[in-house]
Amino acid sequence: MLEAHSLNKWFDRIHAVKDVSFRVEQGEVLGFLGPNGAGKSTTMRMLTGFLTPSSGTARICGHDILAAPIEARKRIGYLPENAPVYDDMTVLGFLRFIAEARGLSGVAGTTHLRKAVELSHLDGVLNQPIDTLSKGFRQRVCLAQAILHDPPVLILDEPTDGLDPNQKHVVRTMIQSMAATKAIILSTHILEEVEAVCTRVLIIANGSLVANGTPASLKQQSEWAGAVDMTFPENTGDLTALFKGLASCKRVEKQTQRYLLFPHAPGRLPQETTALLSAHHLSPLAFSVTEGRLDEVFRTLTTPAGKTSKTP
Amino acid sequence: MDTAACPVKTVFKRELRSYFDSPIAYVFLVVFLMLTGFLTFSVSRLYEKGSADPWPFFFWHPWVYLIFVPAVSMRLWAEERRTGTLELLLTLPFTLTQAIIGKFLAAWAFLGIALGLTLTVPLSMVLLGGHPDAGVLLSGYLGSFGLAGALLAIGTWTSTLSRNQVVSFVLAVMLSVFLLLAGWPPITDLLARVAPPLAVRIISAFSFMPHYDSCLRGVLDLRDFAYFASVIVFMLTATHIVLENRKSA
Repeated sequence: MLEAHSLNKWFDRIHAVKDVSFRVEQGEVLGFLGPNGAGKSTTMRMLTGFLTPSSGTARICGHDILAAPIEARKRIGYLPENAPVYDDMTVLGFLRFIAEARGLSGVAGTTHLRKAVELSHLDGVLNQPIDTLSKGFRQRVCLAQAILHDPPVLILDEPTDGLDPNQKHVVRTMIQSMAATKAIILSTHILEEVEAVCTRVLIIANGSLVANGTPASLKQQSEWAGAVDMTFPENTGDLTALFKGLASCKRVEKQTQRYLLFPHAPGRLPQETTALLSAHHLSPLAFSVTEGRLDEVFRTLTTPAGKTSKTP
Repeated sequence: MDTAACPVKTVFKRELRSYFDSPIAYVFLVVFLMLTGFLTFSVSRLYEKGSADPWPFFFWHPWVYLIFVPAVSMRLWAEERRTGTLELLLTLPFTLTQAIIGKFLAAWAFLGIALGLTLTVPLSMVLLGGHPDAGVLLSGYLGSFGLAGALLAIGTWTSTLSRNQVVSFVLAVMLSVFLLLAGWPPITDLLARVAPPLAVRIISAFSFMPHYDSCLRGVLDLRDFAYFASVIVFMLTATHIVLENRKSA
């Protein structure tokens, strides 16, 4: 539904987005991850037509954003960063304007408007001027604006930024409820959000794509994926050398009586460890296999010297 | 999705409404009417003259516009940029040109409303038994509206140059005062000292005043309106260029 072909953006001499290509299909929720200033918003602004790419292009449902910008934009719902809305209008007045701008008038306009209001839980504030609303409501007004025309492609720039946990939950539930019928791109730097709603993740650093995969497959890249975490009783001697001898073990970290065994690759390390323990009649107080950690993968991929893993 | 309303109309309606949704419109209208009234009746002493010549009334319009029009235009694009709604507006399914024309026409219509409310002046002339020349009134009002449009187009352009409304206002006033006075002897004399005569003649040919004056004399000359229209088209094209450049910068 959305294909980006080697998008590039230069701001004077700064190469803000470098050769970014990806596809999003219906039913996918693509999480766009990256540090601040990595080029997430710039990429989204190019897709929505607010910025013109320096080179490259994109197609929205087959419509080229450069050759047929209006047709492409008709198929996009866009929530810009910081959710800008016309403050002096009422919620209803603003949404009516958007409906009209989307070519939805009369009965069709009212039906769409009602549905967007219902999905965004705005019933109680329809006649209030937007500048009297809280940040959470403003965000939802802008979200209602984005979904009003029921677009096949939804582009959301930090949809939960600045919201309290309850409001975040509401917005995430909304996104999930729409996911099946749309292609959704959302940018965020909240990693838990990615795990909660995204089916696929793109990580962008310094303008380049550095990762593209499911949250699960990215977690597998983490040093923590399939690592073994054990704690032994006080009187146990130093076992570091013993664990280092395991074939799958890359590294051992020891903090008093706690041992962390990192594998070369997730897989056989837990079995090998349990076999070793029973062979030596060792019984740990606690034994667990850790999952991969997205924050660690994120840090490794987006910082030059990201190879610093700290134990929790 | 295909019953598309006219995008210019959609933008126009929202923009014009936004004036009246906030106190700005009412403050502006009251100040505009008080100022024109004061200048016409207290400074030019229209009433004491006892004549039904509307000239003292129209004479003041350019000078009131000099402050009033930039005050209306300064927010047009600067405000959209400052609040970020520009991103919303320019990603809706219509062209930049449609957005520019819609917003410009809304501001011009607002000025038209302000101007329309001054019809009380000629009306009071009639009520007091005078017989103002209908032709002069018509051409005066049309000329005044055209002049307002041209000044507004200048302000529209300056409002794209900064997200700060004050900067936009000051630039618009400076450009407007120059174009109002470009044909005025003190200015042409000053220019003649630094520029060759041909340049001075070209610059003074750009002045608003000769065109407005001919409207005040009751001459409905198409060339005067072509002049105002060309200023509007030129400044709106410049607006388009600035906004388009910002997109691809």
